[in-house]
Amino acid sequence: MITVGMDLGTQRVKAVVLKDGAVASRGQALSSFDPTKAAEQAVEEALKAAGLKLSDVSYFAATGSAMDMAPYANGTVSMMGADAKAGVYLFPKARTIVDVGAEEARAVKCNEKGIMVDFVVNERCAAGAGAFIEAMARALEVKLEDLGQLALKAERASPINASCVIFGESDVVSLIHRQESKPEIARAVFDAMADRISSMVHRLGVNPDVVLVGGVAKDVGFIDSLNRKLGLTVSIPQYPDYAGALGAALTAASRAKGAQK
Amino acid sequence: MTEAGTVKGQEFWRWQEYHRIMPKKWTNKDLITAGVDVGSVGSKAAIMVNGEAYSWGITRTGSNSPESATKALSYALEGTGLKASDIKYIVGTGYGRVNVPMANKAITEIACHAKGANYIWGPTVRTVLDVGGQDIKAIRIDETGRVTSFLMNDKCAAGTGRGMEVFADLLQIPIEDIGGISLKVEKEPEPVSCTCVAFAKTEAMGLLRKGWTKEKVLAAYTRAMAVRMANLINRVGLEKELVVTGGQSKNIGIVSRIEVILGVKCLPMPNWRDEGSLDPMVAGALGAALFAKALYEKAQKA
Amino acid sequence: MITHYGYIDGSGEYYIVVDSDKCSGCGKCVQICPQKAVLLETEFIDLEDKTVAAIAEEHRKKIRYTCGTCKPEQNQTPCVLACDSKAIKCIWNPK
Repeated sequence: MITVGMDLGTQRVKAVVLKDGAVASRGQALSSFDPTKAAEQAVEEALKAAGLKLSDVSYFAATGSAMDMAPYANGTVSMMGADAKAGVYLFPKARTIVDVGAEEARAVKCNEKGIMVDFVVNERCAAGAGAFIEAMARALEVKLEDLGQLALKAERASPINASCVIFGESDVVSLIHRQESKPEIARAVFDAMADRISSMVHRLGVNPDVVLVGGVAKDVGFIDSLNRKLGLTVSIPQYPDYAGALGAALTAASRAKGAQK
Repeated sequence: MTEAGTVKGQEFWRWQEYHRIMPKKWTNKDLITAGVDVGSVGSKAAIMVNGEAYSWGITRTGSNSPESATKALSYALEGTGLKASDIKYIVGTGYGRVNVPMANKAITEIACHAKGANYIWGPTVRTVLDVGGQDIKAIRIDETGRVTSFLMNDKCAAGTGRGMEVFADLLQIPIEDIGGISLKVEKEPEPVSCTCVAFAKTEAMGLLRKGWTKEKVLAAYTRAMAVRMANLINRVGLEKELVVTGGQSKNIGIVSRIEVILGVKCLPMPNWRDEGSLDPMVAGALGAALFAKALYEKAQKA
Repeated sequence: MITHYGYIDGSGEYYIVVDSDKCSGCGKCVQICPQKAVLLETEFIDLEDKTVAAIAEEHRKKIRYTCGTCKPEQNQTPCVLACDSKAIKCIWNPK
């Protein structure tokens, strides 16, 4: 049985094709101003990679902030639900899934079946999501993908006002003027993000098996800061940005199975 | 029309630095005190003669707080015939208060804003909303200007002066016109659900692309920010009379919406552009200068 | 003077409220705070300086993160429980 999960995020749409319970392929496209079209592209790319056609798919499930605009969708899955499902599928012992995307971050607590039991989400604030790191990289005039490596070189973090992107930007600019070291500023950026995310995790209760997913989970600087703040080593899947789409595809599979019965 | 309405290059965020001398004269017998309020965006210094506002200067805060304090104070002294050495006591306040080099004492901006609001509007003021460059504070005061209760918002640029500067740049509207323009809508739009200024950079653009006018976009954002401020006031408890101080007291879009949401009128705003008029943006510096007078007199008695 | 440190957002409101008129300046709250967010500070009241409990400047604007760990405990945060003069309150009204 073939199912497809689509995650319509604010920056990218990700698609995962699931064949008999295993990932067959992935695809993605930039959301830009037409998430529907982007989703079509992502699905097309993924199906092509798996050598499949649209008509082969039993069930399409959509998640992500623009899930209502998803094409082909037979149903939707909440973002928290998709995270929980994917987290436990990838790491069976996981009970806390942290998803840090471009514009939103959330922490989900789940049971052994991957069913969400509690969650915390940041409230539409750029300082709590990947947008913060992007803005600070811009202010530092460093490429986003290089910021993590830069931060790893620092022994300490510079003091920056990190609770708001707007104030953070001004602080970074004045630190550069004062010729503070860029690695230390970079580390401060990740430490501040990790502070926020770890407090979300703490609110759900301490649990040693934490999985980190979402686009920001690819950033070595952030991973390092988060591990330090949480005092543990978070598990990260090979394709952390596809976790939402995977969770949707898994939910699609169980729904399709339920319908067959 | 002052220079404020003109566009200098593309710096829409830039607001007017100015200084003012009140018409009355001073003599050598008078007690001269000063308050220096180094905010995150603006540095304000006020000179008082026997506890009466005499002159002040408002400048943009630079990256160096002590320099900004010195600059603001010299600006306030400019053209007065007074020298820094004529000032008997100086109180520093604001975000950079510990970095005011010439200050005899540092006092929190909350106490100073309260005292300054009491000075500008008189003893009937009970609630002060101070909207500065990076803070929004709701302050309850008694008839003497003493703080009874106070609340500061979480660090967030929405509604602050810095946040408004970003909007000015984004929509290419001079900052001093933003308030008035936000009121040029036939019907008040629903407030935006997300006030985050960083997200607004893309979300406001999205609204414009959908065909919204700049006026409507500004109205929807200003409304949302006013709702946040009204919530803060309600938390400390609204008691009449209400006044707004700080740089955003000049934003008529914010002030008038707060009045609508709370269902009360603020005490009339002094028209700061008029010669001889006080400016709510210098409330903190005025309060500091009043404390300076009281502290000086207390020290003389001791 | 009653000072509210905290925030209102879509998740509700959360405030640590310190009444400096009641505060004895004993510092028990400072000792107990797991985040080291409380300290003793000089407050200027009626032209006098008084030493009272306050949230440290660096934490004032990020109470939502700093105090996150203490939040679920039904408004009975360690700082509230430690205060003999009942000068500290915690307000937590989730939406």
